[in-house]
Order: sequence, then C-alpha cells, then structure tokens
Amino acid sequence: MADALIAITVLWGFVFIYAVMATMDFGAGFWSMVYINREKTKATNIANRYLSPTWEVTNTFIVALVVAVYSLFPSAANILGTILLIPGSLILLLLALRSAFLVFSNIATEYKKPLTYISGIAGIIIPGLLISVLPITHGHYVDFADGTVNLNLNKLFSSPNEYAFIGFAITSTLFLSSLLLADYSKASNEMEAYRVYLRDGKILGPISLIMALLIMITLKNEVGWLYTKMMEDLPLLLISVGFFLIIGFGLYAPNPFQKGERGMPRLAVIAVTIQYLIASYVYGKAHLPYIIYPNVTIESAFTDPNSFRAVFITYIVGFAILFPGFIYFWSLFMNDKRYLRQKGNQ
Amino acid sequence: MSDLLIARSLFGTTMAFHIIFATIGVGLPLMILAAELIYQKTKDQDYVVMAKRWTKAFAVLLGVGIPTGTIAGVQLSLLWPGFMEVIGRVMPLPFQIEIYAFFIEALFMSIYVYAAERIAPWMRIASLVLVAIGALSSAVLITNVHAFQGTPAGFRYEDGKFLDIDPWAAFFNPSFFVTAGHVALSAYVVGAFVVASVASFKMMKNKIGSRVYLFHQKALVLSLVVGGIFAFLTALNGHESAQYLHKYQPEKLAAAEGLFETQSHAPLAIGGFTDPETKEIKGAIEIPWALSFLAGNSFDTVVVGLNDYPEELWPPLFIHTLFNGMVFIGSALIMVPLLVFAWRKFLKKAHYPKLMLWGLVTTGPLAIIAIECGWIFACTGRQPWVIYHILSTAESATTATNLGTLFISFIIVYMILGLSVVLVLLYFFRKNTELDDIERAEKKSIPLFSSNS
Ligand code: HDD
Ligand code: HEM
Ligand code: HEM
Repeated sequence: MADALIAITVLWGFVFIYAVMATMDFGAGFWSMVYINREKTKATNIANRYLSPTWEVTNTFIVALVVAVYSLFPSAANILGTILLIPGSLILLLLALRSAFLVFSNIATEYKKPLTYISGIAGIIIPGLLISVLPITHGHYVDFADGTVNLNLNKLFSSPNEYAFIGFAITSTLFLSSLLLADYSKASNEMEAYRVYLRDGKILGPISLIMALLIMITLKNEVGWLYTKMMEDLPLLLISVGFFLIIGFGLYAPNPFQKGERGMPRLAVIAVTIQYLIASYVYGKAHLPYIIYPNVTIESAFTDPNSFRAVFITYIVGFAILFPGFIYFWSLFMNDKRYLRQKGNQ
Repeated sequence: MSDLLIARSLFGTTMAFHIIFATIGVGLPLMILAAELIYQKTKDQDYVVMAKRWTKAFAVLLGVGIPTGTIAGVQLSLLWPGFMEVIGRVMPLPFQIEIYAFFIEALFMSIYVYAAERIAPWMRIASLVLVAIGALSSAVLITNVHAFQGTPAGFRYEDGKFLDIDPWAAFFNPSFFVTAGHVALSAYVVGAFVVASVASFKMMKNKIGSRVYLFHQKALVLSLVVGGIFAFLTALNGHESAQYLHKYQPEKLAAAEGLFETQSHAPLAIGGFTDPETKEIKGAIEIPWALSFLAGNSFDTVVVGLNDYPEELWPPLFIHTLFNGMVFIGSALIMVPLLVFAWRKFLKKAHYPKLMLWGLVTTGPLAIIAIECGWIFACTGRQPWVIYHILSTAESATTATNLGTLFISFIIVYMILGLSVVLVLLYFFRKNTELDDIERAEKKSIPLFSSNS
C-alpha cells in the first residue's frame, strides 16, 4: 500500500508540474498570436522570448507523464490507452501541428503571421482536451462490458461537467500565462507589455474562478462520490479560494517598491501556483484510491515491486543529475538581464 | 483492411516518419561537434559557419522530430495497450531513463542556440557535447526496448503471468549492445552522408574554386571521412547482428535469406524474390556456403530453414528484399569515400567531375533508405510477435475499432509537416546564404548565432 501511495504521489507531482508548465506554454503561444499586430507593445516579443527556449522542455514533461503512468500502473495504462484512443490522438495531432509551426514561425519570418495563427489556435484547444482525461477517469463515460472497455463519446460530450472542465482549462491557461508574462515583461523592463498582460490577468482571474465553481456545481450533480470526498477538505478549498485575494492584491495594489506602478506580478504568480497546488491536492486526494472509477484502483493497477524499486531509484538519480541543468537553464533564460532585456526582434 | 492491419500500418507510418528526423537528430550533432572542434584547432572560420548552419537545420528538424517522437511514445500506449502493460511491468527502465536523456538534449539545445553569445566558448562546446550525448542516449535507450522485443529476458512467463521480474536483467537483454550499437553507428552514417549530399549538390551549383565552392568542399571532405569510418563500423556490427539473429531469432534470418531447408554449407542469396508456393528463391545470385559462414564464422554452421516452422509463424517473406537493400547500400557507402579518396590521392585529380558529384548527392537519401529498410526488416520480420515467442501482435493491439479515420488524419498531418519542413529549410537557407554567414563571421562585432535564430 505504501509503495502504491508513493507512486501515485509521484504521478500527481508530474501532473501538477506539467499542468503549470503547459498552461504557461500554451498560453504564451496564444498571447503571441493575439498581440501579433500590435508591434509597439512588444507583448508578442515577450511571449516568444519566454517560449523559444522552453517549449521543448515543457514537451518532455508530457512524455515523462505518459511513461510514468505505464511504468507505475501498467494495467491502468492498458485501460487508459484503450479509452483515450480518440481524445489522445486528437491531442497528438494538434500538438504536432502546434510544435512544428511554432518552430517554423521563428525561422520563416516572412510567413510568421499565418504560422503563428495555426500554432496559437491549435495550442489553445489542447488544454481543453488534455483536461478531459480527468472527467473520463471519473468513470461515468466508460462502459465496462465483458472484458472490453469503451469510451462513450456521446455521453462525454453531452455532460455539463465535461464542459466546465474544458472551460476551466482554457481560461486558467490564459490566466496563468498572462500573470507569468506580466512578471516576465516587468523583469524585462517592457512596461507597455507589462500593462497589457496585467490587464488580461485582471479580466481572466475572476472568469477562471467562476469556471472552478462551475466544476464543483456540475460535479455535485454528476459525480457525487468525488464531490462528497472533496467537500471533506472544505477548509483547504476555502484557503485555496483565499489565495485568490492575494492574487487580487498582487494585481491591483500599488507597488510599494516602485512609485506610480501598480501590481506585484511575482506575488501573484507565486500565489496562483500555491492556490492550484492546494486545489489539485484536494482533488487528487478525493480521487483516491481510484485511478478509473470504480474498476481500477491504485492497488489493483500497481506495478511489480521489483520494477517499482528500480524505477524509483532512477527517479532519484535522474533528478540529482538533472537538477543543476535546470538551475543553469533557469539562470540563463528566466534570470539573466542580458537575455531578458535584449533589443532586436527575438 | 482489418483493424489490426490499420493499427500496424498507422504505427509503422509514424515510426517510418519519426525515424528520418530522429536519425538525423542523432547524426547531425556529431557533425556539428566535429566542425566546432576543427575550428578550435585550425581557427578556420568556415567551420564555425558550418556548425552554425547545421545547428540551424538541426533546430528546424527538431520541430518535427520532437512532436513525431511524442506521437510515437504516446501511440505505443494507444495502439498497443497490451504490449505497454507488459513493458511497464517488466521493462520500464529504458523509457524512464530516456526521459532524462530527452531533458538533457532539450535543456542544452536551447542553451546552445539561444544563449550561444552569452556563454564561454568551452561552455558552448560542453553544451554541444551534452546535446550529442542526449541524442545518442535516447536512440540507444529506445532501441533497447526494440532489442527486448526480439530477445526478451528478465522474467519467467507461466500461464500468461510474468513472474520473478528483474528489470535490470530485462534492461541488459542479450541483444542490447549489438542492436543499440548498430542503430547508433548507422545514425552517424546518416548524419554524415546527409551533409555530403548537400555539400556536393552545392559544389555542383557553384563555380569551381569559388569561395562558396571551397566552403562546401571542406564540408564534403569532413563528411566523407566521418561517413566512411562509420559505414565500415556499421557493416562490422551488422555482421554481428546477423549472427545474433541466427542465435536468437532463426526464423527471421531464414526469411531474410529465403532459406527453407535447414542445412550446413548454406548459400547466401542476393537479390531475387522468395516464392512461398514452390519454397524457393527465384532470380537470386547464390554464393555457396556464404550464409553458413556469415551466421557462425564456419562453413559447417547449420542454418535453420523456414520448413522447421509452421507457416503461420513465418515472418513475411518480402523482408528478404529489405535486408538486401540495407546491406547493398551499406557496402556502397563504404566504397564511395574510398573511391573519392583514391581519385584525389592516387589519380591526383584536382576536380570532382559532375558525375561523381551526382553520385555523392544520392548518398544521403540512400543512407536514409537503408535505415528505413533496416527498421521495417527488423519490426516486420518479428511478426507475428510483438514480444518474440511471448506476446503476439494481435493480442496486444487495442480493442477499439474504426481506426481508418485516425490513420488518414495522421497521414495528412505527416504530409503537412514533411512538406512544410522542406519549404522552411529551403526558404531559410536561400535567404541566409553561405556568403552572408561567412561575412558575418569575419566581422566579429555581429553575433553569428542569434543574429537570425
Ligand atoms: C545506415 C543504415 C544502415 C546500414 C548501412 C546497415 N544497417 Fe543494418 N540496420 C540498420 C541500419 C543500417 C537499422 C535501421 O538501424 C537497424 C534496424 C533495427 C536495428 O537494430 O538496426 C538494422 C538492422 C539490422 C539487422 C537486424 C537486427 C534485428 O532484426 O534485430 C541486421 C542483421 C543488420 N542490420 C545487418 C546489417 C549488415 C550486415 C549491414 C552491412 C553493411 C548493415 N546492416 C548495414
Ligand atoms: C526502437 C524503436 C522501436 C520500437 C520499440 C518499435 C516497436 C514496435 C511495436 C511495438 C510495433 C507494433 C507491434 C508489431 O507490429 O510488432 C512495431 C511495428 C512496426 N514498426 Fe517498430 N519499433 C521501433 C522502431 C521502428 C522504426 C524506426 C521503424 C521505421 C520504419 C519501425 C517500423 C515498424 C513497422 C513498419 C511496424 C509494423 C510492422 C508490422 O506490423 O508488420 N519501427 N514496432
Ligand atoms: C531507434 C529509433 C529511434 C531513434 C534513433 C530516436 C531518437 C530520437 C531523438 C534523437 C529524439 C530527439 C528529437 C530529435 O532529435 O529529432 C527523439 C524524440 C522523441 N522520440 Fe524518438 N527515436 C527512436 C524511436 C522512438 C520510438 C519507438 C519512440 C516511442 C516510444 C520514440 C519516442 C520519442 C519521443 C517521445 C520523443 C520526443 C522527446 C521530447 O519530447 O523531447 N522514439 N527520438
């Protein structure tokens, strides 16, 4: 039991890291499209400056996530693979177009606009599809019948809960990325871009909060077991909502360190990350012990103990080796004034 | 088409497409590294320009290599869920470790490209070495899964259950080193000859002795040296791969050679087609005793023929042609650099005649064809098994039906990506000519790398 719990925690960790990085990534791609015609504000440049070096690293996390599922919970991977064939393939097709055209748009500069439009639009649909994996694991759209499993797409796409999840994924992608880009443009001294992203954040914050509430309301009607269990952690949920106030403060309050400027984007970015961390902890805890309700639990799907031990050791060794690399990467692209404040068209 | 056949075709198409970009992605970093090192030694600016231009091409190819690889990785679980369940249980380590290799490649590739001007020269070389190591390790590790499919190890299989699982024994399965070595060496062959193709094409298009001509001549010489060495090593190691087939997957070798009767002093068949009706090979040139020698280093070696197996366990017989294609191209790629050097050194000819340059232009595409032949031979020749003698392909396939639409969608997306990557490369290198880059390199003040990256 303890091992299975460790394994699901690792998996949850990957999901969380990927969720945060992917929202930044897909969101930045979308903003770079939206502001492509407003050259003066540099908002597109800022988005690209963040995106160019990071998209590959973000993409690797999605692969890490898939690998983690089948090496930690092989039989769950079997069922997930079967039911996710259609949504999974859609994600892959969009992801391929998105990544390729993102790279091409930075190389074929004369065709930048059409290429950016394709990658921006493909990119903003992906989070909506990715998050659909969650409602699918709630089990209500999966038909288990004599040895085979099937995803009931009609049932899935006629459920308000599914749409609440999709709406939440898209709005929070835009919300988180606008906060991050606000912070990034402030660090880059691009104050016009900063104001643009700060404004977007102010608009999108309340919308994504409403979407989160819609998820809870529809959950109550459709997935009672999960709702009840989430409500057991009501205090944590309330703290999570409380972080919204800190985010609001970070967006609206005058900056005590900088006269005449409003907003402390770094505070907002940190607060929003903590908020999502708490909320996804509550969700993940309530989801246990099921991976796919009600047939697949973390224990029934758990891998061989020998394999688990070997995999776990590679996690530790791998991250020990990679950690300095990540720090170096961060210092070069997130924290180096020469990169952030460069002139020119990058 | 049955759903199983569509699943196989879909996955095969994905792999055949990914492998082009993946193999160049392993091979090109070595060429870039070679050029950077020669520059450090000779201080000849042309080599920096080469490294820069190849890096640019590499970055564009990554834009397709990474998403198609992601498709490959996820599609394994979507199309062969039964297979991935077994892999997850018994053989999770290569995929797991591969993730770290991907991270290393992704992190340091971005650093090499987007921070080139801000880091010290030694750090630039170190980043490049790490990119090359990352790419090589991903190839070696993923190939390990393929090796396991052919020579499974590290578990006991009884009544459909996997017992006594030892993931490290599975990792070090018998054919790991030979197979991974073959894939790595052949990737360097591809990287080198792709460069040779472009260089010789450009030499043809420019005036003999001009600045641009000489630039490409340097690239050509470098690529032929690297390509020749690795082609030779690939062939040596390929011979060993064939001996492994003899030992571990005899029906695959028999199908590759169209051999029906088990015999010593078995002949090697080159060319021709295998006829399952008459159980003989038609139109082939047969070299007596050669197959026995190839398989076991002695003419007395008994080579197993297909007749020892029930027909439903035969691999498809057309793999004979794929095997021939790979070996033929492999031999040609050893000869080509030797011929070019003989022409230059012994016949003392200063120029490359047009015909020779045309010949050189074909080497890159030929190397890629060899890779495709080799892989389709290796994967299709394993049929009907997905894990040799343990799990059949049919058992491991998805139970979902109506895969046709998906198949068509993926093909369309691959066509879009394939076409646009070619157009983007052409567009970019037409707009930024060799001369532009050479001038930039000479005027030290203008950054060479991020000037247009
Ligand atoms: C540039 C590419 C290239 C070249 C020149 C060669 N090969 Fe190869 N070969 C491959 C690229 C490749 C490959 C695509 O990388 C394969 C597919 C699976 C594998 O392990 O490597 C392969 C597989 C492969 C196998 C099958 C392994 C299996 O089924 O498990 C054998 C027996 C050989 N090769 C033998 C040779 C020989 C005798 C060659 C003589 C010149 C040769 N190869 C040249
Ligand atoms: C090392 C990496 C590879 C692994 C782990 C791998 C694994 C697999 C698996 C699981 C299947 C499906 C089941 C089967 O048909 O046996 C398959 C089929 C196939 N693969 Fe590979 N493969 C690899 C590389 C490649 C490459 C590079 C190619 C390039 C051409 C390729 C070509 C194919 C084809 C054509 C099929 C369909 C074969 C058939 O069903 O007749 N594979 N492979
Ligand atoms: C022997 C055949 C293969 C080789 C040599 C190879 C090599 C590579 C390389 C070098 C990359 C980095 C991108 C690039 O340079 O283009 C890559 C990407 C990738 N490959 Fe392959 N690969 C092979 C087969 C496979 C197979 C069978 C899978 C599926 C399991 C796979 C999954 C991936 C994934 C997921 C990525 C993207 C990594 C990322 O997100 O950074 N590869 N491959």
